[in-house]
Amino acid sequence: MIQIRIHGRGGQGVVTAAELLALAAFRDGKEAQAFPSFGSERTGAPVTAFCRINSQPIRSREPVYHPDVLLIQDSTLLHQVDVFAGLASSAFVLINSTRDVEALRLTDFVIQHPAVQMHTLPASDLALKHLGRPFANIGMVAGYAALTGEVSKAAVNQSITEKFPGRIGKLNGAVAAEVYDYVAANLAKV
Amino acid sequence: MKHHIEGSQAVAHTVALCRPEVMACYPISPQTHIVETLSRKVKAGEIGNCQFLNVESEFGALSVLIGASAMGARTYTATTSQGLLFMAEAVYNAAGLGLPIVMTIANRALGAPINIWNDHSDSMSMRDAGWIQLFAQDNQEAADLHIQAFRLAEELSCPVMVCMDGYILTHAYEVVDLPTQEQVDAYVPAFEPVQVLDPQDPVSIGAMVGPEAFAEVRFLAHHKHVRALEAIPRLSQAFQDIFQRRSGGLMDTYHTDNAETLLLALGSVNGTIKDAVDELRKEGWPVGSIALCAFRPFPSHALRHVVQDAKRIIVFEKDLAVGMGGIVSSDVKMALQGLPIIVDTVIAGLGGRPIPKASVIDTVKQACLEGLEEPHFLDLNWDEINRELTRQQAQRRSGPTAENLLREVGPPGTKPV
Amino acid sequence: MSYQRVKFYQTGTFTVGNRLLDESDRTVQARMDRTNSLNAGHRACQGCGEALGARYALDAVMRATRQQMVAVNATGCLEVFSSPYPESAWQIPWMHSLFGNAPAVASGVAAALRAKGRTDVRVIAQGGDGATVDIGFGCLSGMFERNDDVLYICYDNEAYMNTGVQRSGSTPPRAWTNTTQAVGTNPGNPMGIGKNLPRIAMAHGIPYVATASVADLHDLEAKVTKAMSIRGARYIHIHVPCPLGWKSDPAHTIKVARLAVESGLFPLFEAEGGEVTDRTPIRKKVSVEQYLELQGRFKHLFHPRDERALETIQAIADANIHRYQLLPLKA
Ligand SMILES: Cc1ncc(C[n+]2csc(CCOP(=O)(O)OP(=O)(O)O)c2C)c(N)n1
Ligand code: SF4
Ligand SMILES: [Mg+2]
Repeated sequence: MIQIRIHGRGGQGVVTAAELLALAAFRDGKEAQAFPSFGSERTGAPVTAFCRINSQPIRSREPVYHPDVLLIQDSTLLHQVDVFAGLASSAFVLINSTRDVEALRLTDFVIQHPAVQMHTLPASDLALKHLGRPFANIGMVAGYAALTGEVSKAAVNQSITEKFPGRIGKLNGAVAAEVYDYVAANLAKV
Repeated sequence: MKHHIEGSQAVAHTVALCRPEVMACYPISPQTHIVETLSRKVKAGEIGNCQFLNVESEFGALSVLIGASAMGARTYTATTSQGLLFMAEAVYNAAGLGLPIVMTIANRALGAPINIWNDHSDSMSMRDAGWIQLFAQDNQEAADLHIQAFRLAEELSCPVMVCMDGYILTHAYEVVDLPTQEQVDAYVPAFEPVQVLDPQDPVSIGAMVGPEAFAEVRFLAHHKHVRALEAIPRLSQAFQDIFQRRSGGLMDTYHTDNAETLLLALGSVNGTIKDAVDELRKEGWPVGSIALCAFRPFPSHALRHVVQDAKRIIVFEKDLAVGMGGIVSSDVKMALQGLPIIVDTVIAGLGGRPIPKASVIDTVKQACLEGLEEPHFLDLNWDEINRELTRQQAQRRSGPTAENLLREVGPPGTKPV
Repeated sequence: MSYQRVKFYQTGTFTVGNRLLDESDRTVQARMDRTNSLNAGHRACQGCGEALGARYALDAVMRATRQQMVAVNATGCLEVFSSPYPESAWQIPWMHSLFGNAPAVASGVAAALRAKGRTDVRVIAQGGDGATVDIGFGCLSGMFERNDDVLYICYDNEAYMNTGVQRSGSTPPRAWTNTTQAVGTNPGNPMGIGKNLPRIAMAHGIPYVATASVADLHDLEAKVTKAMSIRGARYIHIHVPCPLGWKSDPAHTIKVARLAVESGLFPLFEAEGGEVTDRTPIRKKVSVEQYLELQGRFKHLFHPRDERALETIQAIADANIHRYQLLPLKA
C-alpha cells in the first residue's frame, strides 16, 4: 500500500489533488481512497489531505500517519507545520517551489534522512503559465506521476479530463504536459 | 458499475434510483453534498416528478415529509448533528405515526462546543425514537443500505435512518459499485402505504391516545422492531441475490470463530478495526470483530449467539452517555446478561478525533493483560485535562472550559494530523 | 366580494336568518346537503368560537372542493376537542402531527399531490393563534415563501387555550391570562407592540390574505370560498372568542366577536398580492369599552378604571379604522 499525504493551504486545491490521485490510481486498476483532514478551514489555513493506493481493498479510516509520499503544495508551511511527521524512512517528497532543497533550508533534513528522495518542482509557476492562476495541485500530481510512475501519466491525464470537463480540463491537461516535460528535462526519474 | 466517487455522491445517486417522490432538505455540514446533488437531479428532471422542497429548518423538513408520506409519497431527507436535534420532535412523531420515511444521518458530534466532525452522538440521541438505525461501514454499504432502507421502511411502515460517518465517509472518495435502475426497481417495489389521507376513504391520523390504549400502541411499535430483526437479514439476503454483494444485515463478523476477545463497533471505524485484528492475529492474539449494522432494533439474540464462546468484548463507541459511560456497551451488556463475558467500554473518536490502528491495538492488549477502567477513554490528553482541573480549583471564575483548552492546545492545523 | 350583504335591521345586527334569504345566499350550514366536516358531539366548551369558525370554514372548503380535500391540524383546542378516538368528529381525511409544524405538514401533502400529478385534491392547514403566530411561525413563513398550494386558517382566540389560558403572541394588551395575571402596577398583558399576522402574511406577497370573524359567518364562508378558487399560499385569520379564556358568557360569543369588529379592534379585510383589496366598513362604531367590559379578562381595567389603558386600546382601534378606512371619511 502506498500512503500519500498532501499539505497545502485552504483554497489551493489540496483535497482535489488527493481525489485526482486516487481517481488516477483507480483508472490504473488499483484500489484507492482519498479523504481530507476534515475541517472548516477557510482560505489560507493549513490543510492536509490523504490518499491510499493499494492492490487490495482499503479498509483503514485512520489519517495517514506514516506517509510513503509527501506532496507539499505550499513551501511556506515547511517551517510552520511539522509536515515531515511520521515520514517513512525511504519516502518520496515533492515540494512546490522554484527554489532547491538547499535554499529551502532542508539540507540538514536530507542529510539526516539519506533514504528520503526529495525534489522541488515550480508547480505554481508552470500552472500560472497556462491557467493564469498559480494552482499547484495538478502540477504536483503530474510531477509525482512523472517522477515515480506509481500512477501512470495516462491515468492522470484521464482523471483530469474526467474531473474537469471542458476548457478547464484542457488547460489543466496542458499544465500536466508542461510538468512532464519539465521533469524530463530537469529532474531524473527515480 | 464501479465508480471512484465521493460517498455523498454515491448515496445521492443511489437514493435517486429509489424513486423518491418528495424530498425536503435543510443544509448542514457534512450532509450538504448529498442534498445539493439530489436537488440538482430533481431540477434536471432525473427523478421523474420528484418534488424537492427547500425548507426553513430541519423541523420543517421532516414535517413536510410527514405530510407527504401520509399522503402516500415515498419520502427522503438527510441531516446530522444540530439538525437532527432541531427536528427531534418530528423524529419521534414520524415514528409514532409509523411513516416509512428514509433519512440519511451524516453522523456528526453535538455541541456545545460546536464541532462539525464525526461521532455518533447525534443518532444516539434519537435511538429510542422508534426509527430503525442502520450504520454503514464504508461507502459501498452506505449506498446499498439506502436501497434496503426504502424496502424495509415501507414493508414495516416504520422510518429508517441510514447512518454514515460524517466526512470520514461522506467526503471520502473510494470505489463504489453503483447499482442500475433495473436492479433497484427489481428490489424496491412500488410504495403501498398502510395508511393514507384519501378523500375517498377519509381517516383521521394523529389522534390523541390516552392511558387506555397508549401502552398497546407503544408495544406495537416495539413489535415492529422485533419484526425488523427478522426482516433486516432477509432483505440483506434478497439484496445479495440481485446485486451480488453482501451489504447490511444485523451485523458483520470478522474472525469471530475461536476468538477470545471481540472488538465491537458501529460504522466506518470497523475498517481500521479489521486491520488491527489482522495485525493482532499475526502476533498470535485470538481476536475478532463485530460490526453492528443494526443498532435499532438491537440484535440481542443474534449477538449472544455470535459471542457465546468469547471471554471479552471491547466496545469501541463514538459517543458518550455523560454521567454514565457507554451507550452501545450498555446495550451489549443487557444483551449478554448471564453470560460470563467481560464487556469493556472504550469511548473513542469523539468530535472527529482519529482512531488510529495503533491505539486500537494497544487498548486491546491492555484490556487483555491488565483490564480497562470503565469507561476507558481512548487517547485522552491528560496533561490538558489536569491543567484545566487545577485551574478550576484555583479560581472560581476560571472561564469557559472549551476556550481554556483551546488556548493550551494551540491553533488547529499546525500539528500534522 | 361575491355575495350580497343583507341587512336585517330589526335585530340591530347583521345576523340574518337563513330562511329570509334566497336559497343560493344561504350559508352552507343551512343546506340539507351540508357536509358536516366537523361533526356534532365534539368536546368543545359551550359557546366555543373556534368550533363554530372551524365548522363553517371547513364545510365551505368541502363545498368548494367537492369534498376532495385533506386537513392538517396543529395541536390545540380544536385538535383535542375534535379527535378523541374512536369518536373523531372529522368526516374528512384529517391529520395531526405536532403543535408547531402544521404548515410544513400541509406543504408536504401538497408536494405529494404535485409529485403524483393530482390537482383534484386540495389541502388546508389550521391551528390556533399559538400554533400560528408563535411556535409554527417559521414553518408558516416557509410555506408562504415557497407559495405552496395550501390554505392556512388561524383560529385566533388570543391565548393558549388548550393548556389552560396562557399568553400567546396574539394576546391583546392588558388582557389577563394565567401567565399575565391582573396584579401589580401593570396588570395583565404588557402594552406591547403586538404581532399582526395578517400583515406579516401580506408582507410575503402571497396571493390571498383575509381576516374574518364568527360574527359574520356569511363573510367568513365567502372568503374561504374565494381562497379555494386561488392556487398558492393563502391565509385566513379568524377571530374566535373563547368564553373560557376570555371569561365571557358563552351566550355572548357572537356578540363579543361583533363588538371586536364594530369597535375597530378586529378589522375585516382582504388582500391580494400584499395589497388590501377590500374591507368591511363599520356600520355603527362602538367604543372599545363596550367590547372589553363583556370579558372578565379585562375586568381589572374597570375596577378601578384604568383610563390610560382604555385610551391606549381605543387608540389602537382608531388606528385600525384609519389604516383600513373602516368608516366613511367625513366630508
Ligand atoms: C412543542 C410543544 N410545546 C407546547 C405544547 C403544549 N401545547 C399544546 S396546545 C397549546 C396551546 C395551543 O394554543 P393555540 O395554538 O392558540 O390553540 P388554542 O388551544 O388556543 O385553540 C400548547 C401550549 C405542545 N403540544 N408542543
Ligand atoms: S377553551 Fe375556548 S377554544 Fe377551547 S374549546 Fe373551550 S371555548 Fe373553545
Ligand atoms: Mg389560542
